[in-house]
Amino acid sequence: MSDILVLAEYANGKIKKTSWELLSKAGELASQTGGKVAALVIGSNVEGFVAELASYGAQKVVVASHASFEKYNTLGFTKVFVEAINQLKPTVVLGTASPLGKDLFPRVATRLKAGLASDATDVRLEGGKLKARHPVYSGKALVDVEFNTSLQMATTRPNSFPVKPANVGAEAEVIKLNVDPGTLRAPMKEISQGEAGKVDLTEAEIIVSGGRAMANADNFKVLREMAEVIHASVGASRAAVDSGYAPHDMQVGQTGKVVNPKLYIACGISGAIQHLAGMRTSKIIVAINKDPEAPIFSKADYGIVGDLFTIVPLLTQEFKKIMAE
Amino acid sequence: MKIACLIKQVPDTETKIRIKSDASGIEDSGIKYIISPYCEFAVEEAIKTKEKNPGSETTVITLGAERGIEALRTALAMGIDKAVHIDSESKIFDSFTTATVLAAAIKAGGFDIVFCGKQAIDLDNGQVAQMVAELLDWPQVMILEKIDFTADKKGVVATRRVSGGAREIYEVALPALFGCEKGLNVPRYASLPGIMKAKTKPVERLKSFDLLGGATPLINFINYQLPPEKMAGKKLPGEPAQQAHDLVRLLREEAKII
Repeated sequence: MSDILVLAEYANGKIKKTSWELLSKAGELASQTGGKVAALVIGSNVEGFVAELASYGAQKVVVASHASFEKYNTLGFTKVFVEAINQLKPTVVLGTASPLGKDLFPRVATRLKAGLASDATDVRLEGGKLKARHPVYSGKALVDVEFNTSLQMATTRPNSFPVKPANVGAEAEVIKLNVDPGTLRAPMKEISQGEAGKVDLTEAEIIVSGGRAMANADNFKVLREMAEVIHASVGASRAAVDSGYAPHDMQVGQTGKVVNPKLYIACGISGAIQHLAGMRTSKIIVAINKDPEAPIFSKADYGIVGDLFTIVPLLTQEFKKIMAE
Repeated sequence: MKIACLIKQVPDTETKIRIKSDASGIEDSGIKYIISPYCEFAVEEAIKTKEKNPGSETTVITLGAERGIEALRTALAMGIDKAVHIDSESKIFDSFTTATVLAAAIKAGGFDIVFCGKQAIDLDNGQVAQMVAELLDWPQVMILEKIDFTADKKGVVATRRVSGGAREIYEVALPALFGCEKGLNVPRYASLPGIMKAKTKPVERLKSFDLLGGATPLINFINYQLPPEKMAGKKLPGEPAQQAHDLVRLLREEAKII
């Protein structure tokens, strides 16, 4: 069978944008294989997502619904995912390189002895086989991943593909998977929420980041105010994190998060290799730094040599004006 | 308790990457090698786990070239008891064959708990740990930020950091495997006595061929290349108010992003 299967993810009652982009990409691949686009959604009461998945391009939706799956469970979800693949027999299986995707895909691929490309920035078909582009050495080099197996799996970096406009009212064939998780091993006891409604850095389309020049944690307020206006997520360099100005999960860089936004505004960040490793695929990079020789300027599309504490509030005002136009 | 940590030796983060002329990999010469940073958290956690469970034994395992022995000595110097070097014998390994070899070594070692880094910073796949867990049929918790033993020491409570600052807390019965994240601990420096002791700690040498069981790579990395070079754009002139005004206009009109 030549179907393309997408593992759909959801948050706050909605399918995530990263799944929409995968459905769009799956549509392109399916038109080449002659197969259909299928989506798999695993959880509790997830039948409600069928319409949305269909509108973004799923022609088949495999629904794996069970009360036990209200919370994520590695082994439980692995079993169900494998069953769905065995039933549907797709040629390509795609997911997002999210914490969930990264956790699940290697186990499923191993159980099925399928080749897996992780954190791909592009996937394409060549001679009927999948090829995935994968950054290595923290993005200092790129490789193509070619598959020695008939079943080909890949997780992709968020914001890698454009989203085709939704076709509201589109219908999909619904396949209900018989799910019997049994007693879950290593169950999740609880989930402690982060900041409500905040888009994770790895999925953010616009990011404002602060470096050592922020000088303390409170000063990040200045960046947050600007971020608020342009709907950005706030990140930090390793120097800022190691100095205690920001928590680890805000770190962008080689030992932090790898981000792929359309706009990255680096404030008081010098631009060390290890930081660039985390944000070099940003479509547009803006640098604000007092030091005209800061390495970041050599990678920035737009640079402002100046004090971020003067510039950022002015930018906030200008953004407010333009957003109101 | 038998505790293991898996490490990978990788090029230093400052390394300037040069591609081989036949695009089959990177140029190896002149590279300084280190223990991959996330693997260091695994080594530290193994040592801390032994400290919390007196009478335990720690082992560090690596698959790689002969130079990997140096990485093992560093881990031994930090305080790990024993090391296992699995020689890659100049073969190319993908994540699956790597995991196959490591899982075989772990099975042979009879370990109760295994720590890995959540990913190695050279090939950036982030797959091996999960694949090892699958081959062993063990539970896994990746992106590990905190771990505590239950009173009976037969299990742990493990915290995993996910998107947007949220945290998932799992109850996991041992044996299990954990992929360590930054923030779990602060790796200690090897002390001088530690370095001296490391010279005589046992290093078992195995051959990867013996542990592969005929497994072959499921994928190949081909066509290594440099990414498109990002060129410098423009520095905006003028006073701050002018610069701010111009930037916002450019982002809307030229970059079409806002």
